Amino acid sequence: MSDAIVERDRALFGPLSETGRGFYLTVGVLGLAILWGAIAYAVQWSEGLGVTGLHQPVSWGFYVTNFVFFIGISHAGTLISAILRLSKAEWRRPITRMAEVITVMVLFIGAGQILVDLGRPDRMMNVIQYGRYQSPLLWDATSISAYLTASTFYLYLPLIPDIAILRDHLGKRRWLYAVLALGWRGTERQWKILNRAIAIMAVLVIPIAVSVHTVVSFVFSMTIQPMWHSTIFGPYFVAGAIFSGIAAIIVAMGIIRRIYRLQSYLKPIHFRYLGQLLLVMTLLWFYLTFAEYLTGYYGNEPEEMKVFWSKFTGPFWPFFWAMVVANFVIPMVLLVRLRHHAVGKTVVASAFVVVGMWLERFIIVVPTLSNPRLPFPEGQYWPTWIEWGELAASFGVFILFYVLFVKLFPIISIWEIQEGRDVGLKEVEERLLTYLPDGAADAAMPEREKVLT
Amino acid sequence: MALWGMVIDLDRCTGCQACVMACKAENNVPAVGPKEAARGRIISWMHVLREESEERTRFLPRPCLQCDDPPCTKVCPVYATYRNPEGIVAQIHARCIGCRFCMAACPYNAKYFNWLRYQKEGPGQNPDVSVRPKGVVEKCTFCHHRLQKARERARAEGRDLVAGDYVTACAEACPTRAITFGDLLDEGSEVARLARSPRAFRLGEELGTRPKVFYLAEMEGHRRV
Repeated sequence: MSDAIVERDRALFGPLSETGRGFYLTVGVLGLAILWGAIAYAVQWSEGLGVTGLHQPVSWGFYVTNFVFFIGISHAGTLISAILRLSKAEWRRPITRMAEVITVMVLFIGAGQILVDLGRPDRMMNVIQYGRYQSPLLWDATSISAYLTASTFYLYLPLIPDIAILRDHLGKRRWLYAVLALGWRGTERQWKILNRAIAIMAVLVIPIAVSVHTVVSFVFSMTIQPMWHSTIFGPYFVAGAIFSGIAAIIVAMGIIRRIYRLQSYLKPIHFRYLGQLLLVMTLLWFYLTFAEYLTGYYGNEPEEMKVFWSKFTGPFWPFFWAMVVANFVIPMVLLVRLRHHAVGKTVVASAFVVVGMWLERFIIVVPTLSNPRLPFPEGQYWPTWIEWGELAASFGVFILFYVLFVKLFPIISIWEIQEGRDVGLKEVEERLLTYLPDGAADAAMPEREKVLT
Repeated sequence: MALWGMVIDLDRCTGCQACVMACKAENNVPAVGPKEAARGRIISWMHVLREESEERTRFLPRPCLQCDDPPCTKVCPVYATYRNPEGIVAQIHARCIGCRFCMAACPYNAKYFNWLRYQKEGPGQNPDVSVRPKGVVEKCTFCHHRLQKARERARAEGRDLVAGDYVTACAEACPTRAITFGDLLDEGSEVARLARSPRAFRLGEELGTRPKVFYLAEMEGHRRV
C-alpha cells in the first residue's frame, strides 16, 4: 500500500483500511435504533395497526409522512449528480458519489414505509396479482422501482474503476472487489463504453427522478380532498424533494468531511456552490408554498379554509410555523452571504431544511385528514412509541447503510479526482477557449495555445 | 338490472339510533370497547351525525352513500373495493391489503378500518355476513347479503324480484319510516318517487360523486340540481 496512486489520495483510502472505535460506537447506537424499530414492528405485526396513534379520520400519519419525506431525500442524489455531470461542472467530482449513495439507500427505506403502513403486509403480493393501474399507488410502485433500478446502475457504473483500484492496491477484501470490478482493466475500449454508459444513465435518470416525486404527489392530489386536490402538487413535491435532497447531501458532506478528515477534498467552495443551489431552492420552495396557500386563501372555499386555518392558527400551527422558519427564514439568513464560514453556515441551514421538509410532509398529510367535510368530531393524531420507533429505525438503517458503504467503497470517487487532475484541468481550459471569440483567444494566450495542441 | 338507492327523510329522523343498532346487529359490526372508542376508532357503518346551527339541531344518518362515481374505488391498488353492476360499492375483505387509500379518498368518511382484531366468530352473529379480520377496511354494503337471499328466495318461488323483497336492516328498523330503500330505476317505486321530490338533495353534490343516498329536507330543496 505504498504506490503512487494510494500515496496521492491517501485520505480517500483512510476509511477503507483503518477502522476506529468511533465506527463501532456508531454502529452500536444505530443498532439500538434499529432494534427499537424491529420490536415496534413485531408488536404491530402481531397486534395490528391499532398500536399506532392512527384512527378515524386520521388514517394516515407518520408512515405516509416518512414515505414522502424519504422518497424526497432520495431525489438529491442521482438527480443532482446527473445535472452536475451533464453540465460539466468540474466541482462535482468529490460530491457525486456521496449524493448517489444517498439516493439508493433512502429509496429502499422510503418504499419500505408503505409496507410498514399496510394493515395486511402478508397480502402485499396482491398488488402484483390483482394490481389496479388506475390507483396512484401502482404508479408509485412503477416509478419508484424504475428509479431504484436506474439509480443503482448509476451508482455502480462510476464505481467500477474505483473497485478495480481497490482490488489492485488496497490488499483487503480482494475477492469482493475482484468480483465487483467485473474484470475492469482500464483499457481504452472499456473507458469508452463506461463513459458512454454513464452519460446515457445521467440523461435517463432525470425524467425518472422527476416522475417519481410527481406520482408521489398524485397519491394526494388525485383525491378530491381539500388542500390535496391541487394541480401544483406535482412540481411542488419535486421542488421540495430536490430542496430536502440537497440539504441531505450537505449534511452528509459536512459529517464525512469532519470524521474522515477530507477537508482538502471537500472544500468551502463546494459548500458555497451547493449552498447557493440550496438558496435557490429555498426561494423556489417559498414561491410554490406561497402560490399554493394564497390560491386556497383567496378562493375562500369553506372546506379548504377549515384545513387552511387548522394549519395557520389551529392545532397544527406549531408544525406549520416551525416549517416556515426551518425551510425559509433560517436558510435565508444563513445562505445569503457565504463568503465566510461557508461550511458551518450551509450545514446548519441544511439540517434545518431536513427537519423543515419533514414537517412540510406532515403538514400536508395530516391536517387534511383531520378535518372531514361532514360534522364528525375532530380527531387529534399523535404517534405512539411504535411510530417513533419506526422513524428512529428508518434513520438508523439509512445511516448504517451509509456508514457501511463508506467502509467498503471510496465515498469520494478516486478515479474522478485523478481524472480531474490529469484531464479535467486541460479540458476546462480548452473548453473555455472555445467560448471566447477566436481571435481574442489567440491574442490572450498565444503560448498556452501552442502547449495544448 | 336494478340501481339500488336510499332516501332518508331528515324531517322525520328523531336521531333515535335504531338504524345504527340494527345495522350493527345485521352486519356483525364489532363493538370496539370503551378504550378504542376513546381513541376514535368506533366502527359504525351507519352513523348519525348532528348538524347544529343557531336555529336548530338536525340529525343526519350517514350510511355509505354508494356513489355512482365513487372516489374510493379508483384509488384501490388491488380491486378490493369496486362498484358492482347494480351500483353497490362492494368491499372484498379477503383481498384488502389495508393501505387505507380508500379511506383517505372518501369525502364522506364512510369507510372504517379494523385497527385491531375486534372480534372472533362466535354465537349471536349473523351467519350471512363474514366477520372481518384485523387490518382491513369495511363499510356499509346496503346489506348486500339480503339481496342475495331475496334473489334466491324469488328464484325458488319461480318469480321475479319485486319491490319490498330486498330492504336494508336500517330501513326496516326505522320507527318513523324515515328511510326508504329500493330500486331507483323502477319509476313506480317509492324510492324513485322520493328521490325526485323537490325536498331531495344529496351530500356533497358539487363533488360529482353522484351518491345513491338521497336526503329529504324542507329547507334544502333549493340545493337540488
